[in-house]
Amino acid sequence: MKNNHNNTFWVIVQKEITDHIRNWRFIILSIIILLTTLSSMYTTIVNISKAIKSQEIEGAFYFLRLFTTGSESLPSFIVFLGFLGPLLGIAMGFDAINSEQNRGTLIRVLSQPIPRDYIINAKFVAALIIISIMFFTLGFLILGIGFIIIGFPPTPEEFLRIIFFIILSIIYVSFWLNMSIYFSLRFRQPATSALAGIAVWLFCSIFYIMIVDLLIKIFIPSETSSIARLISPDYLRIILLRILPNELYSEATTTLLMPSIRSLGPLTYEKVYGSLPNPLSLSQSLLLVWAHITALIAGTIIFFVLSYTSFMKKEIRPR
Amino acid sequence: MNIIELTNLTKKYGNFTAVDNVNLKIKKGEIFGLLGPNGAGKSTLILMMLGLTEPTYGSAIICGIDPIRNPIELKKKISYLPEDIGFYDDMTGLENLVYTARLNKYSEQEAQERALELLEKVGLKEAINKRVGTYSRGMRQRLGFADVLIKNPEVIILDEPTLGLDPTGIVEFLNLIVGLSKKLNITVLFSSHHLHQVQEVCDRVGIFVNGKLLAEGNIKDLAEKLLGKHSLIVEIGVKHKDGQEIKTEDIKKILSQFEIISIEKRNDYFSIECKEDITSEVAKSIIKSNIDLIHLDKKEYTLDEIYYRYFEKNN
Repeated sequence: MKNNHNNTFWVIVQKEITDHIRNWRFIILSIIILLTTLSSMYTTIVNISKAIKSQEIEGAFYFLRLFTTGSESLPSFIVFLGFLGPLLGIAMGFDAINSEQNRGTLIRVLSQPIPRDYIINAKFVAALIIISIMFFTLGFLILGIGFIIIGFPPTPEEFLRIIFFIILSIIYVSFWLNMSIYFSLRFRQPATSALAGIAVWLFCSIFYIMIVDLLIKIFIPSETSSIARLISPDYLRIILLRILPNELYSEATTTLLMPSIRSLGPLTYEKVYGSLPNPLSLSQSLLLVWAHITALIAGTIIFFVLSYTSFMKKEIRPR
Repeated sequence: MNIIELTNLTKKYGNFTAVDNVNLKIKKGEIFGLLGPNGAGKSTLILMMLGLTEPTYGSAIICGIDPIRNPIELKKKISYLPEDIGFYDDMTGLENLVYTARLNKYSEQEAQERALELLEKVGLKEAINKRVGTYSRGMRQRLGFADVLIKNPEVIILDEPTLGLDPTGIVEFLNLIVGLSKKLNITVLFSSHHLHQVQEVCDRVGIFVNGKLLAEGNIKDLAEKLLGKHSLIVEIGVKHKDGQEIKTEDIKKILSQFEIISIEKRNDYFSIECKEDITSEVAKSIIKSNIDLIHLDKKEYTLDEIYYRYFEKNN
């Protein structure tokens, strides 16, 4: 009795998931992320009581504040996730292909009757499943703790916003995951591909911002210069920063979790004139970050296609 | 019917030709040894037969299937044991085999049964629940052989299967392969640069150098093909009844009626190179004359000799 084709794919996925869960690297990262969650929960709990007392407005989105409230000493949960998420993605993908090749298991698996793309697809799907489970668990953990502290359940809108936030985080991490899978195909040594991933991550989170600021200072020296009249330096800075996946992610998450944000980018007096300072509805917030989400998904797909094609063309030799 | 048919198979990497116009036919149930020095292109040839590397031109048809057109169908029938087989070290031997079986579409339960059965067959019963990381080289190789058998293949390709095994390990492993191949009528192709082993187990041998298949056939054919003429050596040990020293001339005189190429003397032993097998005639003539025959040996070419002589001749 033989099963159909599809089952083989899930056999590989199952094995990959087992591999990840048994792996110390993954266990350590999960502990780090769990600890950050708990510590940011702690600051939130301490600070949220002040926040609630100071502005007793109806529909103040207390649950969303669980994710966005930070203190001077500790940043909020979303800032943590924006910082650690890439690291998680890189850690889960950097040795996906090259370590199998170095151990000689890739050629053995490939000489079994399975389509070649099953391997790379299964690696991606397995990591995606683990990330999804992890993020939904964390999200619901925060919700649950928040429920106990606040004392009443989240509104449907808050709940949906949180779900969208979790999905967005999964997309964000899978962008880094795919990038690191691609590096694991390009570089023969896992250490090299891990370093390449970390280098890109550092560049995006630190150096690029410095370079943009420097360039803007050089080309637009003062607010009153002739170029500044054509394009405002602040606006230029935002446009340049939006190339970064982490910038896209942080703009999108803050918009989703802070309904009071009405626009991304500079507002002119004409735009603000006459508008009421109401929070946006979920659909409006989503509309605002639609481009961000699309760009993140596009980035993810680009890296996946790159790794897919190079894996399919790769000549696999025994080590 | 030929189960493996290679026609003008060629692989080029840029200007370098790794495999050059190879033609080869292997029958079902045959054990074929591919013999050649390191870097001769044996692995590339094997990878093309598996469809893991595309030939520049020419074709390989295995079990009637083109590996490029229908690799998945082919991989159901062909198994490959790479030179240094890799297992998931943090999984046990059993888990590794079950995984391979599952990839071959066995159900979980069937996979377990089949893996256990094969582990017993290759003599790894005690180590099934140990992590592969703790296995010795010989155990890994045997696990590899179980891994290769799990899909009930028609053809097995073994790349340097005896590399790094100790002498008894090699004998055991080769006996295992030959025994199972004959029993299950599996075609085996294995590559090696250990001439002695190849000679011992293979029905037919192909000599593969610099991407070219120089000659193939059994050992006798190879000697003829590579060294031109076929000659063999009869070695005799003699002793004069009176204790006198026997000279080469004496032997030459005794054997004058036969066609002899050369006679070489080493103490009381003579190596007689001749064109045909005249062992018994030599023995008779020696005994008839007044000399005692104390040693008689017919030396056929070993693969080693063929191999080294061939390279001597060409360098």
